[in-house]
Amino acid sequence: MTVQVVTANRLRDGVIVWLTADLGWSEEFTESRPLRDEAEAKAALEAAGVAVKARLVVGPYLAEVDETPEGLKPNSARERIRASRLPTITPDQGSWTGRIEG
Amino acid sequence: MYRYDEFDATFVAERVKQFRGQVERRLAGELGEDEFRPLRLQNGLYLQLHAYMLRIAVPYGVLSSKQLRKLAFIARRYDKGFGHFTTRQNIQFNWPELVDVPDILDHLASVEMHAIQTSGNCIRNVTADHFAGVAPDEIEDPRVWAEIIRQWSTLHPEFAFLPRKFKIAVTGASHDRAAVKFHDIGLKMVKNEAGEIGFEVIVGGGMGRTPAIGPTIRGFLPKQHLLSYLEAVLRVYNLLGRRDNLYKARIKILVAATGTQEFARLVEEEWARIKDGALTLPAEEVARIERYFQPPAYEKLPAISTELETAKRGDATFARWLKANTHAHKVDGYSIVTISLKPEGGAPGDASADQMDLIADLADEYSFKELRVTHHQNLVLPNVRKQDLYALWQRLAAVRLANPNVGFLTDIIACPGLDYCNLANARSIPIAQRLSRRFNDFQRLEEIGELRLNISGCINACGHHHAGNIGILGVDKQGEEFYQITLGGSSKDDSSIGKIIGPAFAIDQVADAVENIVNVYLEKRTGQDERFLETFRRVGIDPFKEKVYGNSQARRPAAE
Repeated sequence: MTVQVVTANRLRDGVIVWLTADLGWSEEFTESRPLRDEAEAKAALEAAGVAVKARLVVGPYLAEVDETPEGLKPNSARERIRASRLPTITPDQGSWTGRIEG
Repeated sequence: MYRYDEFDATFVAERVKQFRGQVERRLAGELGEDEFRPLRLQNGLYLQLHAYMLRIAVPYGVLSSKQLRKLAFIARRYDKGFGHFTTRQNIQFNWPELVDVPDILDHLASVEMHAIQTSGNCIRNVTADHFAGVAPDEIEDPRVWAEIIRQWSTLHPEFAFLPRKFKIAVTGASHDRAAVKFHDIGLKMVKNEAGEIGFEVIVGGGMGRTPAIGPTIRGFLPKQHLLSYLEAVLRVYNLLGRRDNLYKARIKILVAATGTQEFARLVEEEWARIKDGALTLPAEEVARIERYFQPPAYEKLPAISTELETAKRGDATFARWLKANTHAHKVDGYSIVTISLKPEGGAPGDASADQMDLIADLADEYSFKELRVTHHQNLVLPNVRKQDLYALWQRLAAVRLANPNVGFLTDIIACPGLDYCNLANARSIPIAQRLSRRFNDFQRLEEIGELRLNISGCINACGHHHAGNIGILGVDKQGEEFYQITLGGSSKDDSSIGKIIGPAFAIDQVADAVENIVNVYLEKRTGQDERFLETFRRVGIDPFKEKVYGNSQARRPAAE
């Protein structure tokens, strides 16, 4: 079985998060809890279900990843973009200028 | 411009209050996501890839400077300092937090804007010719009728849960700039033999998975019957449209399955029942709404401005922009200006808060405080005195907003794609960026001439790829991005759906493929006045196919 992780969006602000080893949520993909078999995946989704009920996250799902000597790596274009937490358009290329506090 | 009446102001205020309560109940756990999702969608709030996205309606693409300034404020205060103008003449914010959205809606309501019916299976924001009211080829101003449709369709209880979303476009001009044949209903103002003005009614066009050019079901509809006829069309669709299959639920599928003639008969039958009833438009009500769209206080100016002629002769860069980005106006001495939101290397349709503020200032100074959003994702200053064009251009050029590429290959339509969108298979914006860099030679763009290139990141076709002379569609191949190219699409009077050239390309191959396609066109055209589309229709797809796939291993298609 391929390695999977659980990911979702945070309810309050929509930010992408990953389920961590201690069944918390992190904005860092690299802190994802690797799920190596069906039992682990099932347990992780159950934990995510609790977080949904607790209004922490919405739409949790399992995403396949590659396990490499450097750690977990997302293995699709979609998950790579999500893991980077930003569009691939850098500020100097697009219009966005960073949030201006005000 | 139309101003909210008491009814508009009341329902918008009520909706904001309701949504504030719904967000509070969601955060308190009284509403689950399944219950909350349809409520947030009814208020234009999606949950996208990285964050929530708020889609705000710009009714028929008409925007005041005050409204644009408010959008700039929202971009700064609640987003990452920019907004994205869409192919439906709307604006989207890509980064709002759920907890802030009720406040954003309050700010919008203060300038008579909202996000209602920008999502869901209802009648969406009505779109119109972006040159409405100022185009010289206009039979009648379509904004009046778009506004009447807006009032009728807003919170229409019978049509709040249609089989699928429903889009209406209106044009009052002889040249179609509103892509009316690609809408669920397209309305084109026409004159009959008696010289009366009415509507040609086109039903069942669309993009998406099953692109269709809408057939005309009525050649002439007298204006006073507009709403009863629309109601008849919607009622037939609401009753007979499929609800069992998401992909077969749009009206285009019903029209194709029923047959145009039979569909038209069903509509006429229903219409006969309700015609001359409560929906007949009273002349005085139409006149009341027409008064909101009276022309601004134009000055009496000569058709030719000597200041403009002098500036044009003295500055070739300005002359180039003038040729590409300004359009004939119905009033002597005035021009329509398109502000390109397609800078080299930029994201099509994006505008920063600072740019929005500046454009709002320019609208105040030069265009009677009014702007338009185009479905090509540009902004328009509809009423600029010719003698002011040089000064205006200098102001735009200072902030990277004077790209002279309107109507050219780099005036690209692109959806947000996989950089933002939850539904996308592939990114759109990086393809647009690469092409805008590859073709950033204005002499060459002028030589190529009119060429519409549209990019969608998935088959839902928000980037109108089917209607691009060159269309690019992002597809997913085992989690990776590939791009299918179509040729020969058009959304103008000569509407057509692009044909697939062959197997899809990897991201690094797309710009080369487009370059090859353009080179074939340049080789094959009979002269500079034969547009890409005409050459394609004359020579067919084969010469393009041979060049794109046949020349080397390096250009070999990457995936089936």
